Amino acid sequence: MAEITLEKVVKKYGALGVVHGIDLTIAHQEFVVLVGPSGCGKSTTLRMIAGLEDITGGLVRIGGQVVNDLPPRKRNISMVFQNYALYPHMNVRDNLGFGLKIAGQSPAEITRRVAEAADILGLAPLLDRTPAELSGGQRQRVAMGRAIVRNPDAFLFDEPLSNLDAKLRGQMRAEIKKLHQKVKTTVVYVTHDQVEAMTLADRIVVMRDGQIEQVGTPMEVFNHPVSTFVATFIGSPPMNLLPGTIAGQTVRLADGTEVPVPDRLKDFVHDGMAVQLGIRPDDISPVGHGLSQDGPGAEVALTVDLAEPLGMESLIYTRLAGQEVQAKLYGPRIAAPGEVLTFRLALDRAHLFDAATGKSVRVR
Amino acid sequence: MTVTVESRASKQAKKVALWLTTFVLMLVMCLPGLWVVLSAFRPNREILAKPPVWIPEEITLDNFGKIFGFGAEQVGIPVGSYFTNSLVIALTSTVIALIIGVAGGYSFARYRFRFKGGIFLGLMLFRAVPGIALSMPVFMMWSRLGLVDTKMGLIIVYVSLNVPFTIWLIDGFFRQIPQALSEAAQVDGCTRWQAFWKIEFPLAKSGIAAAGVFAFLTSWNEFALASQLTRSTDSKTLPVGLLDFTAQFTIDWAGMCALAVVIIIPALILTFIVQKHLIAGLTFGGVKG
Ligand SMILES: Nc1ncnc2c1ncn2[C@@H]1O[C@H](COP(=O)(O)OP(=O)(O)O)[C@@H](O)[C@H]1O
Ligand SMILES: [Mg+2]
Repeated sequence: MAEITLEKVVKKYGALGVVHGIDLTIAHQEFVVLVGPSGCGKSTTLRMIAGLEDITGGLVRIGGQVVNDLPPRKRNISMVFQNYALYPHMNVRDNLGFGLKIAGQSPAEITRRVAEAADILGLAPLLDRTPAELSGGQRQRVAMGRAIVRNPDAFLFDEPLSNLDAKLRGQMRAEIKKLHQKVKTTVVYVTHDQVEAMTLADRIVVMRDGQIEQVGTPMEVFNHPVSTFVATFIGSPPMNLLPGTIAGQTVRLADGTEVPVPDRLKDFVHDGMAVQLGIRPDDISPVGHGLSQDGPGAEVALTVDLAEPLGMESLIYTRLAGQEVQAKLYGPRIAAPGEVLTFRLALDRAHLFDAATGKSVRVR
Repeated sequence: MTVTVESRASKQAKKVALWLTTFVLMLVMCLPGLWVVLSAFRPNREILAKPPVWIPEEITLDNFGKIFGFGAEQVGIPVGSYFTNSLVIALTSTVIALIIGVAGGYSFARYRFRFKGGIFLGLMLFRAVPGIALSMPVFMMWSRLGLVDTKMGLIIVYVSLNVPFTIWLIDGFFRQIPQALSEAAQVDGCTRWQAFWKIEFPLAKSGIAAAGVFAFLTSWNEFALASQLTRSTDSKTLPVGLLDFTAQFTIDWAGMCALAVVIIIPALILTFIVQKHLIAGLTFGGVKG
């Protein structure tokens, strides 16, 4: 059992606070992704779990044991670094076997387990090469092989795919997911890429400025963002945010356009409240070219400013209430700039955020 | 068509000019060395001949026989002792300078500590002071401490002369090695110490070897301070020993040149080693993707 818990974990560099009291429980065999913009403290948090950074305050437990004062080698974790950190003076076989050798395993055992890991990751033909003779994707696989060969309690990944080109990144992402399905182990994965977070995670932890903004399954975080920060960070293209004021049963937008308050949010708003209306591009579509045609909605005529055809769909730039918004047109239809189309806003999937705090009105 | 021919011709001309310049420069640099080597193998009479004899008429090993104390003619110079002194002093001071250089270079490359920049700058400035300027105070201190004319005295001087350089060079090599390698090793089960010896040290080996060779050559060839701090066969080194060939009215050029060749040979061998290692140091890759 390797449950990882963080209790009020704090990291300071001198006077500079970087992580401000994080509470998080990562279940046995769970795949948790820490996601957030660059500099928000993801790597620092991961490195405190690994034992590569001192913990300024709070407790880190692995498998129930407090590990604050244990060096990395006593935590039985393994880590995949952003630049792979393969040992350049050793071939792939020795890179994979290094940890086992340090642990004093017999040569026969090392050979067996290296072969096993190489088999899982398709590294067998590369065992005699040095890291310099490998492509980016192959290095990535060796780094993962080095992580699994020791059979650790948990894998820690720090932006392992950020050095790969887009196509390879997609492939490796799938491999990491498959790997986790094969070797069920607790995983803590750090990335700034929300697509990686959505696709890989059992649970996403959205971080902001050294704090946890939201924890939830990918669908929870996508469908119920607790703040404008999460709403615009998760999902691509980002959610449109339109400032407005609650007036009775409607949201009055900046230019006076009135949009009904979604039924499920009626209990959370009061008259005169300053809000931001959040609608994803997928939920603003020309009538007959959207994803959801039933359920409550509002229809508005909007002018197409720009259309980016993506094949099965087009991303449309238009203006709503005096502000540029992005919308989606599904189906093989070309929209021309200047064209006026009737768009349907899927209000059952709209969000309202308190303009003062940026928090969802559902959060109290 | 003509344009390309012309440009090819001008390219050719440039190449030739470059080679000529290189050749002339090399000639200027190598000529004295060549003269020394040639003179080591011929008698004094031919060395002093006017007009100079460039192509030796007879090649002889007599000069070497003379300085090493065998053969017909002999000089009363204890070359053997000088050689031993030189070797002991240069090797010992190199080993010590390397140990300090590795520890210091690693610290500068990996750790943050107070006054780090100042200490580093101080070390480099110390290197900028010409050694000879320090010979007077060093001589006075050493005579108080009884270190004049001892190998120990010279070893201490050479260590302090070499340490700034070895620290600087080795620091550069450790800096090239990403910190993540040592961290990966620690996660893989190493102590900090094991991570250093198994990962970082082997990767910096070329740099350390290069620093060692430079330090050795500095100590091996140093003349100014050694000539002040040594007196007798207890501590006199080969470069100082060269002066023994100067009598009041005569200079035994042949003997001196033969000894100079004896000094140059280990230096040459080591220079070839450093060349190999410097290249090895520059080509180590595969760290980043
Ligand atoms: N050794 C350090 N000294 C001072 N500040 C640091 C150090 N390491 C990281 N930081 C700071 O801590 C913050 C969080 O860094 P990091 O955890 O690497 O962010 P992320 O991985 O989310 O991009 C950054 O603002 C960074 O500048
Ligand atoms: Mg990071």
